Amino acid sequence: MKTFVPIAVVVAALALVPAFVDSNVVLNFLIVTLMVALAGQGWNILGGYGGQYSFGHAAFFGTGAYMTAILQVRCGVNAWIGFACGVAAGAIAGAIIGGLAFRAGLRSSYFALVTLAFAEVLRILASVTPVTGAGVGILINLDLRAVSFQFQSRAMFYFAILALVAISLAVTQLIERSRFGAWLIAVRENEDAAQALGVDAFRVKLGAMIVSAAITAAAGCFYAQYFLFIDAGIGYGTWISIEALLTPIIGGVGAAFGPLLGALMVKSLGETAKLITGDAPGLDLMIYGAVLVLVIRFAPRGLVGALADMREYLARRFLSPRKRALAAHG
Amino acid sequence: MLDCAPPLATDDVLSPLILITAALNGLMTGSIYALVALGLTLIYGVLHIINFAHGALLSAALFAAFLVWQKLGIDPYLAAVFLAPTFFALGYALQRFIVGPASRGDDRNMLLVTLGLGVLIENALLYEFHADTRTVELAYGFKTIDFGFTFLAVSRVISFAAVFAVTLVLWAFMRLTDTGKAIRAVAVEKLGAELAGIDVAHVYAIAFGIGTACIAVAACLLIPNYYVNPSAGNAFVLIAFTVVVLGGMGSVLGALIGGLLIGVVESLGGFFFGESLGQIGIFLIFIVVLLVRPRGLFGASA
Repeated sequence: MKTFVPIAVVVAALALVPAFVDSNVVLNFLIVTLMVALAGQGWNILGGYGGQYSFGHAAFFGTGAYMTAILQVRCGVNAWIGFACGVAAGAIAGAIIGGLAFRAGLRSSYFALVTLAFAEVLRILASVTPVTGAGVGILINLDLRAVSFQFQSRAMFYFAILALVAISLAVTQLIERSRFGAWLIAVRENEDAAQALGVDAFRVKLGAMIVSAAITAAAGCFYAQYFLFIDAGIGYGTWISIEALLTPIIGGVGAAFGPLLGALMVKSLGETAKLITGDAPGLDLMIYGAVLVLVIRFAPRGLVGALADMREYLARRFLSPRKRALAAHG
Repeated sequence: MLDCAPPLATDDVLSPLILITAALNGLMTGSIYALVALGLTLIYGVLHIINFAHGALLSAALFAAFLVWQKLGIDPYLAAVFLAPTFFALGYALQRFIVGPASRGDDRNMLLVTLGLGVLIENALLYEFHADTRTVELAYGFKTIDFGFTFLAVSRVISFAAVFAVTLVLWAFMRLTDTGKAIRAVAVEKLGAELAGIDVAHVYAIAFGIGTACIAVAACLLIPNYYVNPSAGNAFVLIAFTVVVLGGMGSVLGALIGGLLIGVVESLGGFFFGESLGQIGIFLIFIVVLLVRPRGLFGASA
C-alpha cells in the first residue's frame, strides 16, 4: 500500500483545485493538460520503461477516439461502453503494430519510423473512409447526462480525467514494482543481455506496447467525449504523437510522475507564451521543441531527475555527514 | 503531388502514351525525392540515426530560396550555388554544436534532439511567415520541351539532370577525397577510425552538413513548380524515409533508384487510384519493406 501514497497525495491535491478555482478557462487548461499527460503516461510505459521510442502514438489516440465516436453516433451504443471499446480497440491496434514491428526485430530509428508510418496510414485512411466521416469528421450528439459521459460542469470532466490519470499512475506503479517491470527495464538497458538471461524480449515488449496503447487510447476516448468532435487531423495528427513523447521526456522518462510533471510544465509554458504574445501561431510548439532539446542536453532524466539531483546537492551542501549518508540511501 | 499536368498528346484517355507520360513525370518527381533521400541516407549511413529535422530543414531551404528570389530577384537555380554552402555550414553547426553535444552519442537522444529541432524550425517558420502558401513565378515556369510523343516541363527536366550531376559529384567525393574516405571509415568502424586519428565529431558534422546541403539544392530545384509554406517539407520527408528504407539505409545508389521508383509508383498510383490512395501505396511499401526486408534493396544488414 505504501507505494500508492505519493499517488494518493498528488491526486488528492489536484482534486481540490475545483474547490478554489471556478474559472472555465483554468479548468479547461487543466483538463487538456491532464489529457495530454494521460497520453504521455501511455507512451512512458513503452518508451520510458521499455526504451522503445514510438513516434506514432497518434495511432492509438485516434483509434480510441474514433472507436467511441463511431459506436455512439453510428450504432447508438452507450458512451461508457463506447469508451471501454475504444480502449480495447487501442490495445488491439497496439498488439497488431507491436506484434509486426517487434517480430521483425525493429529497433531504434526503425521502430520510430514504422510507428510513424502506421499513424500516417491510419490518418490518410480516416480522411477518405465514409465510416470515419472522411474529411468532415464525426460530431457526437450533445446529451449532457452522466449516463452519456457528458457533464454540465467542467469540474466533472476534470474529475473524470483526473480519475483516469490516477488509474494510469497506479498501473505504472504496479508495473514498476512487478517482475514484468523488471524484465521491461532489463530489455531497455540491454535487450541482448536480457534475452540471454532468459527474458522473452518479444513478449515483454509486446505486453508493454498493449498497455501503453490502451492508456493512450483512453486519452483519445476522453478527447472525443470532451470536445464531442474528432477528425483525421486531430485523431491521427502528428501533434499528439509529439506531445505524447514530449511530456514524459521533459518530465522524467521512465518515472511514474514524469508525464504529469512534463505536461504541466510544457502546457504552462505554452499558455504563458500565448498570453504574452497574443496567440501567435506556432509559438507554443516552438517552445516545446526548444525545451525538448534543452532538457536532453542539460537534464537527461527530465524534471524528476533534476529535482532528485537538486535534493542530493542540497543534502551534500547543508547536512552533517551522518544525515548525508542517510539521505543518500533514503 | 507535383503534377503540373503536361499537355497530352492524344485525346484517348488510356493510351499507352499517357501512361508513359505519367511514368516520365513520376521519374522527374522521383529525382527530387532521391535528392532529399540522399541527404537523409548520408546522415544515416554515418550517424546511424534518422534525422527527424530533415523535413523542417527542407521547408527552411524552400523559404530561403523563395526570399532570395523575392528580395534580391535571384533565380533559384543560381541561388543553389550559394545556398548549398550556406546550408552545409548550417547543418555542420547544428550537428557540431547542438545535436552532438546534446545527445552524448545515445541513439535515442539523437532521434529526440533532431525531432525537437524539427519542431522548433518548422514552428519558427510558422511564427515568422504564417501558414500562407507562396509560389515563385518564373518566365520559364510553364515552358515545356517537345519530345515528339509528349511534352515535359523545362524546369523538371533541368532538375532531373541536376540530381544526376549532384549524385555523381557526391559519389566521386566519397570515393576520391580524403574527407570522403574518412566519412566512409567512420561509417564502418567508428572506434577504429578514431584510433587512426580521424576526428569523429568533425566527420559527423561534415556528413550532417552534406545532407543539409542536398536539401538546399533540392529546394532550389523544386521551387519553380512547387509552393512554399512552413510544412511544405514534411510531405517530402515522409516519402524520403520510404526511399531511404527501400533503397537501404546509408546507400547512395539505393537512394537514387528508390527515389525514382517511388516517384513512378506515386505517379501511376495516383493515375489509377486517385491521389490520396496513391500516398497510401507509398506508406504500405514503406511498412512492408520495414517488416520484411529492413535492410532494403541495397543496404548492408541492419
